[in-house]
Amino acid sequence: MSKKLETMTPELRAFIEEWKAKPGNLIMVLHRVQQTYGYIPREIAIETSKILDVPLAKIYGVITFYNFFRLQKAGKYNVQVCLGTACYLRGGDDIIKEFERQLGVGLNATTDDGMFSVEAVRCLGCCGLAPVAVINGEVHGKLSSKDVTGIIKQYRDRG
Amino acid sequence: MAYESYVLVCGGTACCSGGGTTVVEAFKKELEAAGLKDKVQVVVTGCLGFCEQGPIVKILPQGTFYVQVKAEDVKEIVAEHLVKGRVVQRLCYDPEQAKKLVAEANIPFYQKQYRIVLRNCGIIDPEKIEDYIARDGYKAIEKVLFEMTPEQVVEEILKSGLRGRGGAGFPTGMKWKFAQQQPKGQKYMVCNADEGDPGAYMDRSTLEGDPHSILEAMTIAGYAIGASKGFIYIRAEYPLAIERLQIAIKQAHELGLLGDDILGSGFSFDIELRFGAGAFVCGEETALLQSIEGNRGMPKPRPPFPAVKGLWGRPTVINNVETLANIPVIINKGADWFNKIGTATTKGTKVFALTGKVNNSGLIEVPMGTTLREIIFDIGGGIRGGHQFKAAQTGGPSGGIIPPQFLDTPIDYESLAKIGSIMGSGGLIVMDETDCVVDIAKFYLDFTVDESCGKCAPCRIGGRKLLNYLNKITDGRGTEDDIKQLEAISDAMCKASLCGLGQTASNPVKSTLKYFMDEYMEHIKDKKCRAGKCSKLIQYKIDPAKCKGCTMCARKCPAAAISGTVKQPHAIDQTKCIKCGQCEQTCKFGAISHG
Amino acid sequence: MAKLTLEDLRRLRGEKQKAMEMRDASNKDVQVIVGMGTCGIAAGAKDTFTALVNAISDKGLTNVLIRQTGCMGLCHSEPTVEVVVPGMPTVIYGNVDAATAKDVVEKHIVGHQLIDDKILDRPSIDIVKEA
Repeated sequence: MSKKLETMTPELRAFIEEWKAKPGNLIMVLHRVQQTYGYIPREIAIETSKILDVPLAKIYGVITFYNFFRLQKAGKYNVQVCLGTACYLRGGDDIIKEFERQLGVGLNATTDDGMFSVEAVRCLGCCGLAPVAVINGEVHGKLSSKDVTGIIKQYRDRG
Repeated sequence: MAYESYVLVCGGTACCSGGGTTVVEAFKKELEAAGLKDKVQVVVTGCLGFCEQGPIVKILPQGTFYVQVKAEDVKEIVAEHLVKGRVVQRLCYDPEQAKKLVAEANIPFYQKQYRIVLRNCGIIDPEKIEDYIARDGYKAIEKVLFEMTPEQVVEEILKSGLRGRGGAGFPTGMKWKFAQQQPKGQKYMVCNADEGDPGAYMDRSTLEGDPHSILEAMTIAGYAIGASKGFIYIRAEYPLAIERLQIAIKQAHELGLLGDDILGSGFSFDIELRFGAGAFVCGEETALLQSIEGNRGMPKPRPPFPAVKGLWGRPTVINNVETLANIPVIINKGADWFNKIGTATTKGTKVFALTGKVNNSGLIEVPMGTTLREIIFDIGGGIRGGHQFKAAQTGGPSGGIIPPQFLDTPIDYESLAKIGSIMGSGGLIVMDETDCVVDIAKFYLDFTVDESCGKCAPCRIGGRKLLNYLNKITDGRGTEDDIKQLEAISDAMCKASLCGLGQTASNPVKSTLKYFMDEYMEHIKDKKCRAGKCSKLIQYKIDPAKCKGCTMCARKCPAAAISGTVKQPHAIDQTKCIKCGQCEQTCKFGAISHG
Repeated sequence: MAKLTLEDLRRLRGEKQKAMEMRDASNKDVQVIVGMGTCGIAAGAKDTFTALVNAISDKGLTNVLIRQTGCMGLCHSEPTVEVVVPGMPTVIYGNVDAATAKDVVEKHIVGHQLIDDKILDRPSIDIVKEA
């Protein structure tokens, strides 16, 4: 499958130029890259390396060190299941397994149709609603494995 | 038509089971009889806390607080209090209160919480600087800039006894003093808002609810140590907190409370945000500085301490959000006010994110020295679903598990360390008998193994080995020798790891071994998990007396582990069973159970 | 009404504030304060906020100021709403969904009655006002 190459947007380029002179800019720049594309495309990483005059190896060193940065595009609907302690105690891992089973994908992978990806995340901070899943910013709280089918359908229906 | 008084009857679970419902009925009847039906409204409330003293009745507007009220007492309350306006002394929690009818705001004693850090959370609009200013906001900065020398500021903080709330409890004033004593030149003030502990969200709530208090505190710290630049290192996973901080910084700039020549004092200070990217180890000071510098967040050996050689090699003070939120209050109310709160060694309050198997999970702030029992049973409303308290966990992946015999230990840094846990950043997770301690230890180890930066071997290899042994035990393959290995590795990690993450990573294992050895032995010898959490140790059984021989379970079983003839009791072949639990869900007769 | 994003909400609030002269708190004697931390929003505080705004405009009330605040710490009962009506005790309601929000306006603000089963205690005294 050939992949569409991303090109650097003028806004992103301006942002990187603006931060270029500031010490310790790399992580802030990578955040902006991810915000723009939803992940950090290789071609953009290469270009960033050139503009900032930072070795590509260092950029990938940073990207792979931090959980937040992703190297693959997430699904249209990114299912983030909380595995903070409160959610774990109340069955968060069962929720993940159920999403994985029903969607037929493993953790941090995207379904073939590009619709869903499943991610385990650290405390989302709504422990009062545990266990919690967040899908594109919408919070689903007090979940049980039985709710998973309905949630998937709800997003599939939206297309 | 307006009511003159309101009778609030607690409708929380504990109060209801203690007779709260009949109290409501009694009030309605007695008020009708006294002709007060239209003047007094009876209201059932949500849980008011203080559940041990339930049923709780509160009379508004006076705010009189009656405890252990029974239906028989209602007649007296109506006749005395509501008709004659006299407090029924024998039902009051505190006899002092009984002397007079006082305004609600003046009766603090039944409230276990005391909010210094969270003073504005839930009160002000966090996006309005005027709201903060109206509540003594930026008053401390006025005092500091115009009435105090940097030395006096440091002295005041030292005198207050404030210790770092990030976990280790280092005296904040000392940190400031070290940095202050460094030669003049570029210094930095950093706020650690990289709250990565799973199950903790104190700092996020503070930043979201009261962002200006952090800006003010950082400016005060900057003045004290001689820094002109501050960074807030905040988790990228906290978009709302980031947004509110950005708004706050902009507003403070517009009003000249940040930037050049603050309030015309000649002191300049600016704050920038730097985003974390999901690395727990970046909560460690030296790793955090690495991350701000744009590198992989790997810790460095200390000394040199950041106060001497920190960000870009310059003296740097790093304080956590909760620590900083105390600063303006200490300046405004004085160190002597602050150091009267708390215990001998630990002053002030602590914010906890109280979660897990507790009825009222939430964000609470209590004076140091409060006991776990007060937190879990009075504020938290006890254990959910009528279960038993098994243990509490503080300090997240670096902390330990606290068994029931220590429920009455007053909480401070020293007492928690003594019983094998740590204060930590403030996650307080409550567990009941359906939670398996070995599984919990595994959960935390899994976390630290994932988060270990890999720089030093004790943490990188030791953590993995610990996790392997724990997996072996929960899979039913454990031996008694494994316990010895767990102990030895834990010890080695404590002594030899480079940073706090590795040094404390074995705490969950050590404390569970210490207090719940019997459960480890059950897993190893009896191949049994009493909580039913460790799925590989679960055995599904068919009760022959209840089984009707419908064959449903045998047809559902994906491993073909169930056999039997129609209308005859079936049986499960344990060697084939994969413990998926589908048979139990399928059985219509409740004949299949696990244990 | 479709679900609001935070931006929609702010715009809406700005418009409503102007339209209903809500900018000036001095002639608004009734205050409704909604807890809008991450936890509150996750539990549906935006819907609550919208429902309150709608109910207030349906009733034609002009003396009510709606404000947002951060987390009160009562995560078990989010969303929380504090209601301040002159002559009545100030109360905090928990678990305020859209239906309860309507009750808050109709029963509490208009009818001067407290609502059953939802009242929570303020978790602590206010140290800023403490002597």
